[in-house]
Amino acid sequence: MTPDPDPAQEPAQDGARRLAHAPALDVDALLDDPNTRIVVCCGSGGVGKTTTAAALGLRAAERGRKVVVLTIDPAKRLAQSMGIDSLDNVPRKVKGTEDRGAASRGDSAAADGERRAGGELHAMMLDMKRTFDEVVEAHADAERAAAILANPFYQSLSAGFAGTQEYMAMEKLGQLRARDEWDLIVVDTPPSRSALDFLDAPKRLGSFLDGRLIRLLTAPAKLGGRAGMAFLNVGMSMMTGTLGKLLGGQLLKDVQTFVSAMDTTFGGFRTRADATYKLLQAPGTAFLVVAAPERDALREAAYFVERLAAEDMPLVGLVLNRVHGSGADRLSAERALAAAENLEAAFVEAAENLEEPRIVDQGGGKAGLRNSPDTYGSSESPAPVPSASRPDESPSSGPEDMTDESPSSETPDRTVDQLTAGLLRLHAERMQLLSREQRTRDRFTARHPEVAVVEVAALPGDVHDLAGLRDIGDRLAAGRPELP
Amino acid sequence: MSRLQVVSGKGGTGKTTVAAALALALATQGKRTLLVEVEGRQGIAQLFETEALPYEERKIAVAPGGGEVYALAIDPELALLDYLQMFYKLGGAGRALKKLGAIDFATTVAPGLRDVLLTGKACEAVRRKDKAGRFVYDYVVMDAPPTGRVTRFLNVNDEVAGLAKIGPIHNQAQAVMRVLKSEETAVHLVTLLEEMPVQETADGIAELRSARLPVGRVIVNMVRPEVLDATDLELVRTVPRTAVAQALSAAGLGGARRGGKAEQLVDPLLTQAAEYAERYALEHEQRAVLAELDLPRHELPLLAEGMDLAGLYELATELREQGMS
Repeated sequence: MTPDPDPAQEPAQDGARRLAHAPALDVDALLDDPNTRIVVCCGSGGVGKTTTAAALGLRAAERGRKVVVLTIDPAKRLAQSMGIDSLDNVPRKVKGTEDRGAASRGDSAAADGERRAGGELHAMMLDMKRTFDEVVEAHADAERAAAILANPFYQSLSAGFAGTQEYMAMEKLGQLRARDEWDLIVVDTPPSRSALDFLDAPKRLGSFLDGRLIRLLTAPAKLGGRAGMAFLNVGMSMMTGTLGKLLGGQLLKDVQTFVSAMDTTFGGFRTRADATYKLLQAPGTAFLVVAAPERDALREAAYFVERLAAEDMPLVGLVLNRVHGSGADRLSAERALAAAENLEAAFVEAAENLEEPRIVDQGGGKAGLRNSPDTYGSSESPAPVPSASRPDESPSSGPEDMTDESPSSETPDRTVDQLTAGLLRLHAERMQLLSREQRTRDRFTARHPEVAVVEVAALPGDVHDLAGLRDIGDRLAAGRPELP
Repeated sequence: MSRLQVVSGKGGTGKTTVAAALALALATQGKRTLLVEVEGRQGIAQLFETEALPYEERKIAVAPGGGEVYALAIDPELALLDYLQMFYKLGGAGRALKKLGAIDFATTVAPGLRDVLLTGKACEAVRRKDKAGRFVYDYVVMDAPPTGRVTRFLNVNDEVAGLAKIGPIHNQAQAVMRVLKSEETAVHLVTLLEEMPVQETADGIAELRSARLPVGRVIVNMVRPEVLDATDLELVRTVPRTAVAQALSAAGLGGARRGGKAEQLVDPLLTQAAEYAERYALEHEQRAVLAELDLPRHELPLLAEGMDLAGLYELATELREQGMS
């Protein structure tokens, strides 16, 4: 860690890292609580939902729980590292987890032998078509199931109507929960067009399969001979006539076959959908909204928080990924920039005094390469060398006021000055980012002061192995970013 | 220049922002563009700082040089009723269908019908002409679904034409496909210089190509400025801490001796530089991956002040200068 900031130095900066009034989310308490049976990670696309879900699963397993992580669309390398890159729609045990239970942390209770038996991590990647097929196979006799699976309308529906993925994720969650093999299920949610689709999907499909339209579509076959229904039949045939005109006769026939096959076998589809919905509201379920400190992601998060409340879904907190920090956050952007300019002014002056008489035009060819650092970098010999002059960095007029041939003792210092100016500019950029993130978070906190928040520090690269996930898990539990 | 510009990208890459900037860029010089939203998120209204868009084409911005940007948030349900009215004069029957849940069915459950309506509406805007026979919109820019779904979304009409083998839906689906697979359309993908978005971009391009949809350009968004170059980063690894402390002190940031204020800054600043170096190397790798895609590439800067209306115009100017419009 870095030296403690001096609170007296720049009071405006002090406290900039803390969320005003937002309670902290205790991730370990959540994961360790045996009553926590399901954790649902939701949020908009691109905020690290899948990584968060996997990291939580790994951490819970390494703290002694038997966990299964259901991911929707993990990055290839992450999936490979967990051994779930093959799509077989069943949970696989993840190899390479470590026992980092309470005992290995020096917890005294655990040392007394209370440490839970080693946990396990299982993971799977959702195959929505396969899941849908399984539902059909489980609920229809073999012959009817085959007819449904072969129906072109079904094939299209199962492969991707709006909401299939959401619905199947919830279906799979219900299945995993029903097997009762795991203490804890961690679910990633699909990158929905609206982050809420997965809440609506069961109801929507349930109400469709239960609805008037489906009865209408299946009715002609059933009602055929009943005289009392004749008037209804007239309306019906007009309706199916219209639909036929619209959809084309064959499609309508496919739809009708599909629907009547589904209707008889899926009598309780709505019941299933309702059961899934209730499972989500149950006390053992915990929703985590995942976001990044960016305007759009936090706006979606706020919307999500409100919607979960409206649906009586148990929200436990917000995971804020990719939060930036700085070990030098008492040095403001403005001061850093001013200092950088000081240094640059000084070495430009020195350069002008020194080198005016010796104009070398060698730099001219490089001046245009400002935006192609790879070309530029490779054409230079390794620094630090006296010739590391950078015509393109010179704030003064042209490339000719620098030279590649100044062996004077001034040069190394000037290079360090240039580098230091760059470090300060980099810092200024970081501080600007910090304050932008802070403003965005403050807006969220003002709107939802009741939501517990855990911040996860930004990493320079992507996570694609267990070590990386473990690191994220540590950050999640630490609650505040490890400042560089 | 294709008249239908489809913009997709992984979630979080800023595809809506890029679509809006492109619509502005294409509207300069007195042109008129329509910016179409298909995912019901009202992202366009938020970007242009206006109230939520209704299902109607309305002017939301004026571009430099007198051009106009119109916007439309397509509501699939209204689009279907619209469509029924236009093709079948089914006003009353449309309402009856709605009562029965048929519209719900068609727009949410029926495979792809929703996407047919969305793409159909956009293609209609592309082809629409005024009384004088001129196109109403010079360009239509669509803020499309994310990369992972865009091929299926655009290709839905092929699928529907296969399902509904005859009838008006079949014909409509084929007409839409003719526009989408022609040179009138270009599909652009927005990415960041990060591994996952770049990988998704590469996968998305392969999918688009195998569906024979016209791939346009790759737009790298939120590119951070290059503060330190390769030479600096080389030096970061070897520079004596005391030399940096002295330079910081000389710049007026306190004492360079051990424990001095300037000296205390050295470690955090070097840590930040090391993080920068790691990201810098990753970004170079990702640029190399993108270069292999063999597509025109544009880069848009990360706006230091965050995204707002002024920033949108800035990005539009950038796109114009880079020859994207």
